[in-house]
Amino acid sequence: MALLSFEKKYRVPGGTLIGRDLFDFWVGPFYVGFFGVSTIFFAALGSIMIFWGAAQQGVWNPWLISIEPPPLEYGLKMAPMNDGGLWQVITLCAIGAFGSWMLRQVEITRKLGMDYHIPFAFSFAIFAYVSLVVIRPVLMGAWAHGFPYGIFSHLDWVSYTGYQYGNFHYNPIHMLAIACFFTTTMLLALHGSLVLSAANPEKGEEAKTPDHEDTYFRDFIGYSIGTLGIHRIGLFVALSAGWWSGICIIISGPSWLMPDGESWIEWWDWWPNFFTFASIGG
Amino acid sequence: MAEYHNILTQVQVRGPAEMGLDERGIVAQERGVEPRFSSILGYIGNAQLGPIHLGMFGTIALFLGTAWFFLTGVGMLQSVDWSWQALWRDLWWISLDPPGEEYGLGFPPIWEGGLYLIASTCLLIAVLSWWIRSYLRANELGMGKHVCWAFAAAIWLFLVIGLFRPVAMGTWSEMVPYGIFPHLDWTNYLSLNHGNLFYNPFHALSIVFLYGSALLFAMHGATILATSRMGGDRELEQIYDRGTASERAALFWRWTMGFNASMEGIHRWAWWFAILCPITGGIGILLTGTVVDDWFSWAVLHGFAVEGGLYNGPS
Repeated sequence: MALLSFEKKYRVPGGTLIGRDLFDFWVGPFYVGFFGVSTIFFAALGSIMIFWGAAQQGVWNPWLISIEPPPLEYGLKMAPMNDGGLWQVITLCAIGAFGSWMLRQVEITRKLGMDYHIPFAFSFAIFAYVSLVVIRPVLMGAWAHGFPYGIFSHLDWVSYTGYQYGNFHYNPIHMLAIACFFTTTMLLALHGSLVLSAANPEKGEEAKTPDHEDTYFRDFIGYSIGTLGIHRIGLFVALSAGWWSGICIIISGPSWLMPDGESWIEWWDWWPNFFTFASIGG
Repeated sequence: MAEYHNILTQVQVRGPAEMGLDERGIVAQERGVEPRFSSILGYIGNAQLGPIHLGMFGTIALFLGTAWFFLTGVGMLQSVDWSWQALWRDLWWISLDPPGEEYGLGFPPIWEGGLYLIASTCLLIAVLSWWIRSYLRANELGMGKHVCWAFAAAIWLFLVIGLFRPVAMGTWSEMVPYGIFPHLDWTNYLSLNHGNLFYNPFHALSIVFLYGSALLFAMHGATILATSRMGGDRELEQIYDRGTASERAALFWRWTMGFNASMEGIHRWAWWFAILCPITGGIGILLTGTVVDDWFSWAVLHGFAVEGGLYNGPS
């Protein structure tokens, strides 16, 4: 069942970035390509490293496995394997795997004669990850500021790091990122609903058209953005969520911006101070 | 490089306004607001704004929604001693607050939470009226009721936070204050008072579906835009009669991750991911403080947390 009924005519050579036709083939439904090979390499190596770390620690409860970044004393240097070096290797593997995956998407895009929106979009997810484990730690001078690789340990990191800055809810960029996440989820619900409600009408009704979709949304909220526009706005808001998530954590930590221990709650003092300065407030 | 990137609409075609379908010949006269055009909107989607079908429930919803907004403003003004200057200076910090714990589920004096309960009632009826609209407008056109049920999922979370959980806890003081920072503080203290909400499995699921929805919309939006040269944005037409845009969109994901949805199926994934976010979130909130008082201890008990925590800052 590897081939869909219409698939054969699309499986043509070409479109690769590296290696000409060396890896230009499929395995089952998967396209391989040079970057398929490098994805497998990095993903497998990184996963083995995580299991190796778990074995070293003797922790096999999947909720509790945690690979810690190096201690502060190593700064931005390489750390010994059993003292955070493992985390550094896994981080390199993750970036290698994510980057390979994106470039493989570029090759598949070219093969299918599509445009580059998908790898472009994926680069925002990579940015959000890199901002947490590379950009911010480098700006703060130690790999120790990266987050630990574990299901619940990374949540503890989020709690700890959030309260380092008073209350992270007061970070204006964090507000913006959350607003984008909520908005994109609402838009996705509305878009999915609208298409399904047109393609699956009431019993006995004929299948509906984009004119019905437009009419429904104009009746409902006075505006219908249209079939093309909804995908532009959905993509834009989803990417904005990833982008501002990265920015909101990058600006929390570097000493020249918002050093450890300073509070986002106090950051807002400029607002009432402005009113007092301008003698508006009572 | 590709010659064709579909980022913004470069040429806007403008004809007479679309007034909407009227297959039974009764709704056209009920639509109001003369349609207008905005070329800024036209860069992204349709340029046309309006008409709208307000009807009885739309009117009720707008009226009571506006009432909630102004009552919140009145409560904020009262909290700063009716000073307009202080209202702006303190706008981010002040709120219309729910009653104190001592009033339980009773009705308190007007400035001690009574106004809050009146405002909340306005908001509740406004939201439910808008929900009825989502059903009636679809029914008028003979469409499915998917928007209505998705909206109901969001209303479930709204009802859990503002009605079911406060009733289960026996006090209106558990409701959320209507203010910018105060509602964020409410969220923060709910977590702190119940042993870190991150250890609530339903909260975890809700976040998975929230992030998953952003991921799905990025994947879906990008896929449709990347195939729009072949007509990928004509989704309904492609559902009824598959074309090359659908085929390439499907093959892209099949070749990338070994699995693909169909043009219709992707919207089912989207719908379920989006509605499961408030559904699982609502379950998590309803259990907090009622069934489980301390999620961290509960997690330790069930073997997915350890005493002292897994991470306590860079070592």
